[in-house]
Amino acid sequence: MSFDRKVVYNVANLARIRVAEENIDNLATELSAIIKWVEQLNEVDTYTVQAMNNVTNSTLPQRNDSVLDGGYPKDVLANAPESVDDYFTVPKVVE
Amino acid sequence: MAYTIQGKTQEWEVVVGLEVHAQVTSKAKLFSGASAAYGGAPNSQVSLVDAAMPGVLPVINSYCIEQAVRTGLGLRAKINEDSVFERKNYFYPDLPQGYQISQYQKPIVGEGVVMLDMEDGTRREIGIERLHMEQDAGKSMHDQAPSSSYIDLNRSGICLMEIVSKPDMRSSGEAGAFLRKLRSIMRYLGTCDGNMEEGSMRADVNVSVRPLGSSRYLTRTETKNVNSVRFVMQAIEFESNRQTVAYENGDSVIQETRLFDSQCSETRAMRAKEFAHDYRYFPDPDLLPLKLSSSFIQKIQDGLPELPDEKRDRFMEDYELKAYDAGILVADQEVANYFEDIAIDHDPKLSANWIITNLFSVLKKLGCNIVESPISASDLGELIGLVEDNTISGRTAKEVFDTMIDTGKSASDIVDEKGLKQISDISQIDTIIKQVLTDNPKQLAQVKAGNAKVIGWFVGQVMKATKGKANPEIVNKLLREKIK
Repeated sequence: MSFDRKVVYNVANLARIRVAEENIDNLATELSAIIKWVEQLNEVDTYTVQAMNNVTNSTLPQRNDSVLDGGYPKDVLANAPESVDDYFTVPKVVE
Repeated sequence: MAYTIQGKTQEWEVVVGLEVHAQVTSKAKLFSGASAAYGGAPNSQVSLVDAAMPGVLPVINSYCIEQAVRTGLGLRAKINEDSVFERKNYFYPDLPQGYQISQYQKPIVGEGVVMLDMEDGTRREIGIERLHMEQDAGKSMHDQAPSSSYIDLNRSGICLMEIVSKPDMRSSGEAGAFLRKLRSIMRYLGTCDGNMEEGSMRADVNVSVRPLGSSRYLTRTETKNVNSVRFVMQAIEFESNRQTVAYENGDSVIQETRLFDSQCSETRAMRAKEFAHDYRYFPDPDLLPLKLSSSFIQKIQDGLPELPDEKRDRFMEDYELKAYDAGILVADQEVANYFEDIAIDHDPKLSANWIITNLFSVLKKLGCNIVESPISASDLGELIGLVEDNTISGRTAKEVFDTMIDTGKSASDIVDEKGLKQISDISQIDTIIKQVLTDNPKQLAQVKAGNAKVIGWFVGQVMKATKGKANPEIVNKLLREKIK
């Protein structure tokens, strides 16, 4: 698989990353090279190998249903560029 | 009697599938220890996990897992011992992570079924495609300020079950019945309170139409986030009519996401670019796959309560109720309990009748539910008992019932105070009859001459003499014996 200009645009847009026009071609070449490098893995036949999601045999840790957190709206909002009455405020997003 | 839309050239069938988002009734959120309660002060129920601060890790709430499995079992569905949490990526201000943790390829619950008892006595089986667990997003408010939207993350991270039906419904009525049944099942299970006003249950409504008799599915539209049973039904009616008209005018229906406008009961298309999503699902690297043991599932299965379908069958069997009446009584567990509290000592059909015809209309008028009923089960039972042992007639009982609601007094107190007790004492009635016959020799002669109609007149006179309290059956019997 290779990255053409259109795919680079699309990926950048989905990731909300602004990419300057003059960098598009360069990025397409670089990303294609990365994908090609990863594609070497396809050379290994893994047909009979079970998919593995961790190497330590751990299981999903769980918590009890108890309220132990929250109650600090000021901390939650501390880094917000803007807030009013403990709400985050953002430029209007509405239909 | 299938529901169809009569078009200009042909009949059209409506095809509906629902995606229901049901909030799990847990104390804490799905992946954090912040409270999941409704209505807290803004951003007061937000942990740093819910606000998606860097470096935090989600840890799953074991109770939520259990509730999802319980719901799955209540839907008679296959529980998947292996399921996987994935990231659904999109940007929106009320989604601080930039992705929603959801389940995609491997949901916790697979195919199941919901049975619907329709009013005409037919039974419909609606398939469940899957149930998966996911995080709710925060809440955006757009009407607080002219140029900004306000975001409250209290809802962010609360556990939702998304329950996806198969496209098995064929009318708005069936969709309404499906939602009510689903809500009833979840309330029995205690897994979701089904409170649509507070948003703990919302539905995405998929609608398409097709020529009657066709088995092909045509293009469907999805109306998002509809928050009442009535609105879901209105959205289906509007959408199916809109699509029918489009096809008949030679237009096409495009696959799109629409919004329901409850002010004018119609759906509108959202702007195209708003939903041109590419979610790029992938397994969440912060969460290992969820593995359930068969003994864990079995333990939940063993702890399931009697569910609406089983209870309805038992009511039909034990109390000999009709399917529709039994269905009404079991829809709400509290109503079912109320009924059984009475029916254990009294005639079940009479008890069901009193609840369905008399009590329900009072509750509706007062705007309260059965738990808040002004008349308790034992009060109503006492009244029904007075009818059963002939202390009062059925007609008098309605009068007593109304007085019970107005005054809060017990049935027997009202009967005593107002002197409503039915006279069933034969010698007492006999004396009155003798008196009436003596007082009306002309009419008596008519009866003796063979005019049977006049017997009815005599019954009326005796009832009048007793102010309506004489047992009419006994009056009739004694009169006929006397006149013969």
